[in-house]
Amino acid sequence: MIHARGLRRTYTSKAATVDAVRGVDLDVSPGEIVGFLGPNGAGKTTTLRMLTTLLRPTGGTATVAGRDLLAEPAEVRRRIGYVPQGGTVGPASRVGDELRLQARLYGMDAAAARSRVEALLGRLELAGMDARPAASLSGGQRRRVDIAMGLLHEPALLFLDEPTTGLDPQSRAGLWEHVRRLRAEHGLTVFLSTHYLEEADALCDRVLIIDGGRIVREGAPAALKAEIGPGATLDEVFLAVTGRALREQGAAA
Amino acid sequence: MTGLILARHYVREVMRTKLALVFGALQPVLYLVLFGPLFARSGVGSWEVLVPGLLVQLGLLSAGMSGFGVVFDQRAGVLERLRVTPASRMSLLLGRVLKDVLVLLVQAVALVVLGWAFGLRAPLPGVLLGLTLMLLLAAGLSALSYALALTLHPDLFAPIMSTVLVPLLLLSGALLPMSLAPAWLDALSRLTPFRYAVEGLRACFAGSYTSGSALLGAGVTALFTVGCLIVGTRRFQAENA
Repeated sequence: MIHARGLRRTYTSKAATVDAVRGVDLDVSPGEIVGFLGPNGAGKTTTLRMLTTLLRPTGGTATVAGRDLLAEPAEVRRRIGYVPQGGTVGPASRVGDELRLQARLYGMDAAAARSRVEALLGRLELAGMDARPAASLSGGQRRRVDIAMGLLHEPALLFLDEPTTGLDPQSRAGLWEHVRRLRAEHGLTVFLSTHYLEEADALCDRVLIIDGGRIVREGAPAALKAEIGPGATLDEVFLAVTGRALREQGAAA
Repeated sequence: MTGLILARHYVREVMRTKLALVFGALQPVLYLVLFGPLFARSGVGSWEVLVPGLLVQLGLLSAGMSGFGVVFDQRAGVLERLRVTPASRMSLLLGRVLKDVLVLLVQAVALVVLGWAFGLRAPLPGVLLGLTLMLLLAAGLSALSYALALTLHPDLFAPIMSTVLVPLLLLSGALLPMSLAPAWLDALSRLTPFRYAVEGLRACFAGSYTSGSALLGAGVTALFTVGCLIVGTRRFQAENA
């Protein structure tokens, strides 16, 4: 579903040249839930923005959802869903209006957009929220609206950027359950960045740890923990690999 | 097509808060009501001179500040969400510009009707041509405003634009004809496209459709708008927009 080789992004300004991502190789198979972890400034967001066509790589190649990232960015956009970290709907906007607009932008006619939005609101336990302004929803409900936004066109691959940041533990667990169900029912592939190691541990088949613009470790959470020793946590894996604790990074972010 | 879908969505949002529609046109309306009678009796000009100027004022202030909307959308993540859809960057800009033009059309028609009630008398083709010219100008200015909103620091957009727009309005001669200005002010005024738009509009309202002022106004406004749309599209296409 994602194959990247030597993906690189260099920012050049008069003052300095910064290699934000220094040649990332990664593969994600269909139906996998993959967690993308890294300290602040490790290149996590830059990589995610490149894979979702928001940033053009300065080097390397990638195919995303079967299309060439550099040659066919519009085709990539048709096939992926993306849920950005900061939300997707303005506080005064009505949930249903924004979802229907998004559906129309993916080429659905008005009737198809209406029925798709209705079905999705039901599936994500948002029935009855259609006419509500986003500001009137709880944090968990707003995040589910964001996820609905990324799923309207039934993409094969969904990118989630810090999907549960700022949510209470109950809402976080609820969101994990929705992601699991989407994978089970629709074979959705999910690539998510997170600051919560327990999230990666509970939800992901595999995690990739990026540091200094390079993938420094990858594997199934259980396998990575076993490398450290019996009873090890993913926090200890992260600390061993990067020399930093992710929880503090997340709290500071 | 995508631009039309976006424009319809934005217009519906504006219609939901009808007060914004009214307040957007309030300043030119107040000038019409409180300044117009003085202007018409001062011997400086007539309603046919003032109303075209107020239309340009409406376009300048409304379209000039329209970029504010994109600042909010950027903060709320809406812009990023739209940029990952298959919609072209150009349609993301044109949808917003078209919404601004449609809203301005409603406000401008209301202003002309009110002007008529006060004593404006102008040929209908002239009024229609004048409105077209004003909307063309507003389309360009709106595109430029969005480009600036994506370029400037979000906190600086409003203060910078409100500081820049007022002198541009005064220099355009929208409120008082530049024929009254000293030579240096007249020369400075000619450096802005809005001076030509105002004079073009006044020529249309006077029925002088083929006069130099009308043709120059149309030409300068068209060039300005094309230039602004190119700048706006490039800014929307930039990856850090």
